[in-house]
Amino acid sequence: MTVGVLLGPQRLAPIVGEAVEMLKIDGKIAAITAGWQERESEDQELCDALGNTSVNLMLHARGEAVFRDDPDFFAAHRAKQDRLRNLQELYRLRLASALKGARRVQQATAPRDLIESELEEALQALRLLDTHHAAKVRHIEEEFERKVRPLERPALRRQLREIDAILGECSGVAIAGGHVAVLYNRLRLFDLRSRIAHLPMLAWSAGAMAVSDRIVLFHDSPPQGRGNAEVLGAGLGLFPGVVVLPHARRRLMLHDHGRISVFARRFAGATCIALDERCWVKFEGARWTSGPNTFQLCSDGRLVDPTASNPPQNPPSDRPQTAAIRA
Amino acid sequence: MPSAIPSAIQTLLSQAPVSDAAVAAFLEAHTFPIIEGRQATFVFQGAVDAVHLRHWVYGLASSQSFHRIEGTRLWYHTLELPPQSRVEYKFEVVLNGQHQWIQDPLNPNFAHDPFGANSVCAGQGYRRPAWTEPDPEARQGIVKEMLFKETKLGGPRRVSVYLPARFRETRRYPLLIVHDGGDYMRYASLQTVLDNLIHRLEVAPLVVALTHPGDRLSEYPNHPGHAAFIAEQLLPEMNAKFPLYDAPASRCLMGASFGGVAALATAWRYPGTFGRLLLQSGSFAFTDIGENKRGPTFAKVVEFINAFRDQPGKPSEKVYVSCGTYESLIYENRSMVPVLQATGMEVRYEEARDGHNWENWRDRLRSGLSWLFPGPLWMVYE
Repeated sequence: MTVGVLLGPQRLAPIVGEAVEMLKIDGKIAAITAGWQERESEDQELCDALGNTSVNLMLHARGEAVFRDDPDFFAAHRAKQDRLRNLQELYRLRLASALKGARRVQQATAPRDLIESELEEALQALRLLDTHHAAKVRHIEEEFERKVRPLERPALRRQLREIDAILGECSGVAIAGGHVAVLYNRLRLFDLRSRIAHLPMLAWSAGAMAVSDRIVLFHDSPPQGRGNAEVLGAGLGLFPGVVVLPHARRRLMLHDHGRISVFARRFAGATCIALDERCWVKFEGARWTSGPNTFQLCSDGRLVDPTASNPPQNPPSDRPQTAAIRA
Repeated sequence: MPSAIPSAIQTLLSQAPVSDAAVAAFLEAHTFPIIEGRQATFVFQGAVDAVHLRHWVYGLASSQSFHRIEGTRLWYHTLELPPQSRVEYKFEVVLNGQHQWIQDPLNPNFAHDPFGANSVCAGQGYRRPAWTEPDPEARQGIVKEMLFKETKLGGPRRVSVYLPARFRETRRYPLLIVHDGGDYMRYASLQTVLDNLIHRLEVAPLVVALTHPGDRLSEYPNHPGHAAFIAEQLLPEMNAKFPLYDAPASRCLMGASFGGVAALATAWRYPGTFGRLLLQSGSFAFTDIGENKRGPTFAKVVEFINAFRDQPGKPSEKVYVSCGTYESLIYENRSMVPVLQATGMEVRYEEARDGHNWENWRDRLRSGLSWLFPGPLWMVYE
């Protein structure tokens, strides 16, 4: 059972220090900033916010070192990523027509009961498509791992020994946001799930997405394209039952009840949670509580505050921290 | 008189005779111009002999007379204005035979350009895009200056360089070269737009070279020295000084009006060098037969565009073209689209109900830049 706190963006109003207190982490914290890519090591603000107790696992740089030291592995990894990109493109094509169909049914002029039953059918088709896509992604990942056996390769084992040594001295883990695919790939590459599941964990934005059990990419009004939310694949699955939506205020049309309703119903089975600044969700295994102003997207298109019926034990104060951290 | 008197004016007229108090109440109750559906009503108050609306909407009479409400000093004129329109205008006030062009005293909204400022009428549904206004959350880029002491244009030339927020020597960046860069910064809020779109992850972090022309009317229409300066001096210098991707797909030439001609002409002279073009309201005047009707300023432009239309080659890979439907150049831009498409380049063409002005060009930057250099919006959650 993993204990952790998932947070919204931390740049403008960071509450990671308060999350550390909530988790009662007493000791060093392993920081994962691989989502920042080449800026991974620029973590001074984060270290300050964590109370100067953190040590960066440098997963991005370690991944680059593995690729450099093992060209065959790098080629195989790149081929796998290309295949995943192709799969994502094909999924997007199918998704576009399926979502368009659902929205047109939702907006049709017809008796309410007919619209509702047809909409449910359309949403079920979407759920099946999402599930199918996630399974295909998992298949490609597992096939790669079976054939290439990353964890048995010397270049990777060297890095793992160092990672294990660092983790052995840590009492918690902090996973920052950034590029969610890069972050997730690094976490998976170094088999972090089994290595950190026993440690209390705080993760925000892309970090929160990567440790949940399904990564959903979303933006309702991008400058190009239709803004169709899409499943990237499974996350680490450490915090099940939620789809986390960082920057929801900026990325989602939260006032559009029809759109929110389709979103929430499409991912029904999980709770869709908007994680904006100062928002948080605390997990103890599969059970979770949420902080003030942390909203859940409901199937009727409304946003509700789950804390009203389920107040957290130890909420962070509303006092903003002065230090700003990047992501 | 307009065929349909707008309801705001009708209400005022119904109080005939219209008193000073009624006029004062009317002025207090409205913002100007008054937008009622597809009608825009311009209002002027003053003891003058006549008032005319002067605007730059191609297709409408460029001078339209106001009507005075009897017994008052209040003048009005109503214009049909389709939704989403944005129109720049002035009032021509006539008194004792003297004609004076002024900004609308009742309208606080102005647009600036190198010639001064015009009043702005925003039609139903038009709103200035939020990403064109400073966002306190957006990290700001910086602007540096470069000086070329001697150029292929003759004499020195200054170039400003925008570096995005969190610029790092260890990263690589695409390069955007902007003609009339200073005007884009001053009148089209380019730095704010870049800061915001990069911050929002809608546009990839870019290094931007902002050129400042000498005599743009002679330098821009297919001038060999201009193209050589851009491709043989500026580009190598930028490559030497900044960490740029070394691929045509990561190099873009951008310009508006004559600047659009300069961008296209430079790409045409150096095919395979600039894989992206962003052309706004290009002055793509051409003739199928006979003389150029736009005067001597356009002689070199017409010569170039005729040659380009005859043998366009494939100057780039991906081209974004925009034009306002209220511009006289709309015909030329629409005509250019199939020519560009026939080259095999990927072309996106967009129109807006706006004129030949900097705020029109500003409002199209998100669409153009995010298409040419998409940012990591879908993947990055900071």
